[in-house]
Amino acid sequence: MLSYVARRILQLIPVLFGMSLVVFAIIHAIPGDPAMVILGERATPQALNELRERLGLNQPLYIQYWHYLLQTLGGDLGESIRTKKAIAQEIFPYLAATIELSLSALVFAAVVGVNAGIIAAWRRASWFDYIAMLVALIGVSMPVFWLGLMEQWVFAQKLALLPSIGRYNARETIHAITQFYVLDTLLEGNWAGFWDVVKHLVLPSVALGTIPMAIIARMSRSSMLEVMKADYVRTARAKGLNEFWVIYKHALKNAMAPVLTVMGLQLGTLLGGAVLTETIFGWPGIGRYINDAISFRDYPVVQSGILVVAFFFVLINLLVDILYAYIDPRIHY
Amino acid sequence: MKKIVSPILGVLLAVSLMLTGCGSQSTTSPSAPQAEKTLIEGRGGDSVSLDPANVTDGESLRVTENIFDTLVAYKPNNTEIIPSLATEWKASPDGKEWTFTLQDGVKFHDGTDFNADAVVFNFQRWMDKSNPYHTGGDFDYFQSMFGGFKGDKGCVIADVKALDKTHVQFRLTVPQAPFLANVAMTAFAMASPDAVKKYGDKFGQNPVGTGPFVFKEWKPNDSITVVKNKNFWQKGLPKLDKLIFRVIPDNTARLTALQSGELDLMDGLNPSDAATVKGNSKLQLVTRPSMNVGYLSFNTTKPPFDNVKVRQALSMAVNKKGLVDAFYNGMALPAKNALPPSVWGYNDAVKDYEYNLDAAKKLLAEAGYPNGFETDFWAMPVARQYMPQPQKIAESIQADFAKIGVKTKIVSMEWATYLKKTKNGEHPMALLGWTGDNGDPDNFLYVLLDKDNANPPAASNISLYKNDKVHELLFKAQITPDIQVRTDLYKQAQLLIHDDAPMVPLVHSTPLLASASYVKGFIAHPTGTERFTEVSIEK
Repeated sequence: MLSYVARRILQLIPVLFGMSLVVFAIIHAIPGDPAMVILGERATPQALNELRERLGLNQPLYIQYWHYLLQTLGGDLGESIRTKKAIAQEIFPYLAATIELSLSALVFAAVVGVNAGIIAAWRRASWFDYIAMLVALIGVSMPVFWLGLMEQWVFAQKLALLPSIGRYNARETIHAITQFYVLDTLLEGNWAGFWDVVKHLVLPSVALGTIPMAIIARMSRSSMLEVMKADYVRTARAKGLNEFWVIYKHALKNAMAPVLTVMGLQLGTLLGGAVLTETIFGWPGIGRYINDAISFRDYPVVQSGILVVAFFFVLINLLVDILYAYIDPRIHY
Repeated sequence: MKKIVSPILGVLLAVSLMLTGCGSQSTTSPSAPQAEKTLIEGRGGDSVSLDPANVTDGESLRVTENIFDTLVAYKPNNTEIIPSLATEWKASPDGKEWTFTLQDGVKFHDGTDFNADAVVFNFQRWMDKSNPYHTGGDFDYFQSMFGGFKGDKGCVIADVKALDKTHVQFRLTVPQAPFLANVAMTAFAMASPDAVKKYGDKFGQNPVGTGPFVFKEWKPNDSITVVKNKNFWQKGLPKLDKLIFRVIPDNTARLTALQSGELDLMDGLNPSDAATVKGNSKLQLVTRPSMNVGYLSFNTTKPPFDNVKVRQALSMAVNKKGLVDAFYNGMALPAKNALPPSVWGYNDAVKDYEYNLDAAKKLLAEAGYPNGFETDFWAMPVARQYMPQPQKIAESIQADFAKIGVKTKIVSMEWATYLKKTKNGEHPMALLGWTGDNGDPDNFLYVLLDKDNANPPAASNISLYKNDKVHELLFKAQITPDIQVRTDLYKQAQLLIHDDAPMVPLVHSTPLLASASYVKGFIAHPTGTERFTEVSIEK
């Protein structure tokens, strides 16, 4: 087991290296002079030259890459051109916001998806099965943008049940300690604030979690169907166990392994793919951070931002792989 | 596996219970009555920095306008100059010496005194590249409004000195008529010298001024909070206790948030949503007086656009009213001058070329092109305030041009490249626009149409239009202090420019905002940045 983990971690090195190269190459292939974009329509040629010099934009690409690589290895993610702050510090609140949203979306996706899948499998070919799978199909094909705006329209504007934007009610104060507001409000013992933060999480989580929910539901159903045919399930039934316990205690355990893999992969996708949701719900997450940086040609932020997201993606994959091997002893690599 | 899966499911169930609980229990309205008067403004993007001298973007200046004061200011609804930190000012007869009398007893938010030394400190920080506090950015606005930094050839300010505690004197290298209008710009606000020394290049994250609100907190890409300055020099003001600038990138989502009470005011309303706002008794529509121009520029150095008749003919073939109706939902004025009517010096006597395809065709024949010609037509790749849909506007103009035999091919490229190439004069004709900085006609006419600015690769006059008479008028206006004389000079220049038709001024767009109806006293300013000193919430 230990050697497997060590091997998987070693495999990360070329992956991360390749990633940095790809990110660097793509960004420098984008047309447009960053100096011109930064200084704007009123820039003078001298100012442009000075800025290019300062940012090292007039050096050959391989030298720029080399500097970038050395810097990144030293834990220095560079400095934002726009805000002139260190990215390593600046990025954290955004990352926290996105992780909080992604986890919450995953909770929604997992709770609804797993249960819908189980019931659909249990009552196979029933009306519930058909409807659940139809909903799953619609969920997979739903544009997040549209879903988000509809949610806001119905739940915020028409019914006035839930807030439509941001992470908290801006009229109140939240003391950010960890930047994970659910945690921060709890640490502070601020129950009203906690409730407020949770309410703000609902609509964006549902919007973001709908696609993974649909995928998890379909995965759980098929995995469950397979397990339900197994001998030990028949044995459990034969000894007179209540059907509920047969499913949730015996069958689910084995059916969960592939579902967990899907969840892990989905979490990675959520982290990187939340930009639309973040835009609609005014969520100050990392997707928007990078997106804004692109329109500003803030190269260091785009590079480091993508690298951080990719790093988390790879890290989650690693954890899922390890978890998978751990929970299913039959798996050996 | 048992060990792992059961707790996971347990947590999932617990959280799911919590989440499902919200739907049924949630009865709190987001805008519960507060003892404290808080106003939340929604906007599309975050600020870059809160050091006004080091930014040029509207989203930063919109906030600093409320934290800082300038020596002189603009009126709440136009760009006329009014006293602020300076109560009086006087120019010497040759226009090269300006003396400002300052208010006594004003304090910065950190408790230090505002006085003539503070003014000198700020100007020296901006103008002198060797100043130890010339940090935190590139001081772009100083460079462009005052002709460069100390030692540069074009630098207008020779030196600044404190005569006594409340008098400060500027010596200029040449008379600069828009000097006062420049000094009034939000970018040239007075920062606390102590705070600048304390925070250095981090001043932009820790702004300290004398303005109506004190900086409290900045959550990047989310919100900036400022609170009432209890010692503000305008007694009894501001009326609000707290002001929050909140970022919501999507225009539609921002309107939803306003409708559900999570915002009190929003910028950047889609013209198509104006009817929704008007139809809602809880909301009010706010229009910002236009201080911009969207135009179609002809490269006057390239044939056939070097022929004035061709330019005039094409000017007759643009249906400006049609553009306003189709692409601005009526929220724009058809333009006949490069200068918008909200700026003084606007010449209303200029008679625009009438939209008349037959006359255009005839004039084109006179110019030697009875069968028209073919050309590229450059259109911007991005939406700008003055031109929300440049590609579609280009297509619409293209259709009209085709009717008089001028076949155009629409060309577009990435925005930065577009700017670079138009500044270099590579286009035959191109769409572009300009938003005013300080409400001075010089800021439009000299920038866009003077021969001094028609030099590739850095031409801001992208028509590369050179008319010596126009230059004479604009230059004279630049060094004449008397506003009546200047008005007259600008009016003459506009007539000459109209006859030469180096560009077709298309529209002056009117940006839209919306607020809850209980927000009182909010006036949108043409520069795009407004003060909340007099704004109140009356529920």
